[in-house]
Amino acid sequence: MKVTMHVNGRQVSGEAEGRTLLSAFLREELGLTGTHIGCDTSQCGACTVHVDGKQVKSCTMFAAEAEGAEITTIEGMANADGSLSAIQQAFQDYHGLQCGFCTPGMVMAAAALLEEIPQPTEAQIRHHLDGNICRCTGYHNIVKAIQAASGQPVAVAAE
Amino acid sequence: MPKDGIGASVKRREDLRFLTGTGRYTDDINLARQAHVHFLRADVAHATLNAVDTSAAAEMPGVLRIFTAKDFEGIGGLPCGWQVTDKHGQPMQEPKHPIMAEGKIRHVGEIVAAVVAETLDQARDAAEAIELDTEDLPAVIDMKQAVAEGSPLVHDDLTSNLCYDWGFVEENKAAVEEAFQNAAHVTTLELVNNRLVANPMEPRVAIGDYAMHDDSSTLYTTSQNPHVIRLLMGAFVLGIPEHKLRVVAPDVGGGFGTKIFHYAEEAFCTFAAKQLRRPVKWTSTRSEAFISDAHGRDHVTTIQLALDAENNFTALRTDTYANMGAYLSTFAPSVPTWLHGTLMAGNYRTPLIYVNVKAVFTNTVPVDAYRGAGRPEATFQLERVVDKAARELGVDPAELRRQNFIRKDQFPYATPVAVEYDTGDYEATLDKAMQMADYAGFETRRAASVAKGKLRGIGLSHYIEACGIAPSNLVGQLGARAGLYESATVRVNATGGLVVMTGSHSHGQGHETSFPQVVADMIGISPDQVEIVHGDTANTPMGMGTYGSRSIAVGGSAMVRATEKIIAKAKKIAAHLMEASEADIELKDGAFSVAGTDKSVAWGDVTLAAYVPHNYPLDDIEPGLEETAFYDPANFTYPSGCYICEVEVDPDTGRVEVQSFVAADDFGNVINPMIVEGQVQGGVGQGIGQALLENCVYDADGQLLSASYMDYAMPRASDLPMIDVDHSCQTPCTHNPLGVKGCGEAGAIGSPPALVNAVIDALQRDGKSVPHIDMPLSPARVWAAMNA
Repeated sequence: MKVTMHVNGRQVSGEAEGRTLLSAFLREELGLTGTHIGCDTSQCGACTVHVDGKQVKSCTMFAAEAEGAEITTIEGMANADGSLSAIQQAFQDYHGLQCGFCTPGMVMAAAALLEEIPQPTEAQIRHHLDGNICRCTGYHNIVKAIQAASGQPVAVAAE
Repeated sequence: MPKDGIGASVKRREDLRFLTGTGRYTDDINLARQAHVHFLRADVAHATLNAVDTSAAAEMPGVLRIFTAKDFEGIGGLPCGWQVTDKHGQPMQEPKHPIMAEGKIRHVGEIVAAVVAETLDQARDAAEAIELDTEDLPAVIDMKQAVAEGSPLVHDDLTSNLCYDWGFVEENKAAVEEAFQNAAHVTTLELVNNRLVANPMEPRVAIGDYAMHDDSSTLYTTSQNPHVIRLLMGAFVLGIPEHKLRVVAPDVGGGFGTKIFHYAEEAFCTFAAKQLRRPVKWTSTRSEAFISDAHGRDHVTTIQLALDAENNFTALRTDTYANMGAYLSTFAPSVPTWLHGTLMAGNYRTPLIYVNVKAVFTNTVPVDAYRGAGRPEATFQLERVVDKAARELGVDPAELRRQNFIRKDQFPYATPVAVEYDTGDYEATLDKAMQMADYAGFETRRAASVAKGKLRGIGLSHYIEACGIAPSNLVGQLGARAGLYESATVRVNATGGLVVMTGSHSHGQGHETSFPQVVADMIGISPDQVEIVHGDTANTPMGMGTYGSRSIAVGGSAMVRATEKIIAKAKKIAAHLMEASEADIELKDGAFSVAGTDKSVAWGDVTLAAYVPHNYPLDDIEPGLEETAFYDPANFTYPSGCYICEVEVDPDTGRVEVQSFVAADDFGNVINPMIVEGQVQGGVGQGIGQALLENCVYDADGQLLSASYMDYAMPRASDLPMIDVDHSCQTPCTHNPLGVKGCGEAGAIGSPPALVNAVIDALQRDGKSVPHIDMPLSPARVWAAMNA
């Protein structure tokens, strides 16, 4: 079937089977390979995108369910001039990524968190990230990056 | 602090693509006319495989061809890269490791058939129509039962399920026994080093491609070492000479060891692409990864420590069963032996050591290196038994360690287990960690925890690791079937920019940022003028890749040697341009000058002269400025450190919460502190995962019970604390040009015993007689131990 949606501000269409997941549709039909697939049980969060302004794991919905939706992926997160957004910049500044595979999902989750809670506590950040697994960083620098992006002082390790 | 050279926390340039979704991972690659493969995998652990009926499946829509073991007759099995010799001087038992099950299924997840179709969904659908004629056999899962008399055999052509029985150092055995007889105190501990799954977030992917016009094959794969894959697959499996085989490992989303090995799927996709004259792509699902990526750890150990009346360690002996799984993965035999036995001295002067390791075949997924590989297993048992000894003797665990440390003035130090540590200062990291952790203030914090109904404990561990793997002549004597040097080609372009083509591979370590810092520092230019190329056998020199914390120590050293050759040649050109003696030429801040004069030429003038050699010493040297170096290390490097963990335990539920974690490491010199700290934090995160959460569990029938993120507990953000790291204690390595030791595995090696020691401390301070709990320290296990 033909599916049409708005992705990163542009109307796009593509072919999908009924069983095609949104994550696969974004990657394979639209070529937006920044959305990653790290598991098959909706646990890892690497495929996190925004659907109509809400944080969604794109493997949890069918492409057909996104008909007419407004989707934002990692490819749509930079500033209009192509420079890194404040959240992306904070991830670089605080070394919040290593292999980069979970990173798109982390950035999308962080953006949704700051939309909801502009100045989250460390505990709120960690709780919000529970649906996103990172194997490289021990989360330490991801937490710091999100604190920095929210304009708060950055945590140091417990004394 | 230098602005952007060695020692500066330069921000990572690779982040720009990863943060904008423009990285290029293997699964992001799609080739024209690409077909897809779905592997039908065994769902029983042990069975005869009498027939595979693909007739119905072959008629399904989109199916191009179905492959079974019959298609691989005459094709080599997957090679094992390390032959261990047992305590009787005999080679290990080494069964064939076929690409697909041949007549027998030996573990859940083993490939039985492969369906190649136009689309992945069509391949999957067709695989469901394949009929298998199998007959279940009793599964061999428990290691001790596997080597007991009368156990079913995993491999019918072997004499038993024992791969090898290794004694180290066999000549010391009698002296060790005698020392135990004369000991004032002996501490004994039986423990399990839990089986883990590495779980890099990017699942494995392989794409085979074949070009008929020049009979060449290309494999795109998620590998930590593309040249190793090219050599193993080309020479031993498919019979493709290296000049007809290209292996590309582009952006790779984490490795942690499990992407070192040569896997059947890589060979399959390369083979099938040639057969079908079409690219063939495989992308692992996470569920497949759990039953096909090599697992890690899985040791069962008894360790004994002998002490004299003054609490000096006098001897150590260990008895370990190490699980190999159903087949020997690429480096599996080396992990419980040469990467484990050689580390049993730890940071201590223990004069006599004997290590016995029995490697065992079982009907489980092959087990191989996972972050630390053998060294975490060594450190865990040693640091647990030292801690237990301190508690039995009623002395402070920190002071018992301090008393037995190899002292700062004893380096270089030859241990009784065949390695020589070049440098170290173990008291320095102990003191640093105790200061960071406010060790002295623990009782106050404990009182606060007790006041709110929680138990509180503090635990420490020391570690030593052998990194910078490895001197080729030495590992050759020990059974390695490969050299372990590293390579770099430094190409200077006419206008002064450089490209470094390295055999090292970055899959999260940030080489594209840290390697240029070294080269730029040597020349005195900006790192922005240096680009790193890696991951493609077509445009990098033969290299052994990245694992064993070896990239900066071995790969970085190769890069330094090549850059030294560049500078030496550039000085000759500069001397010619300035009509001066070569001996008087100095290179500083990107300019060549003549000592004692105001003459100078810029770096770019010299590089241009090399490629536009109008005024050039053509009689003496060739034009151009490009050099290659291969670096073979003289010794391992020996990072060390002290980790301290503080926990609260809920006495009602057994739940452990990590309150603080500090790491004081000695990595020698450090190139990019930001990256080094990130490596330690990530390693500690994995170590806490092993100690608290992760466990790979098989049932008695060989079914993997923890086969997805629903059942295998990966550490999440709320499971981990902030991790306080320090690397100011630095005893530079004496045998490599950068004085570096490597930092990639330390966190995963040093952290599990610190955490377990902390929990035992919490329980014992509360008066509970709990000498040990096996990892992971889940609430159920801790509660059961407290209430036993």
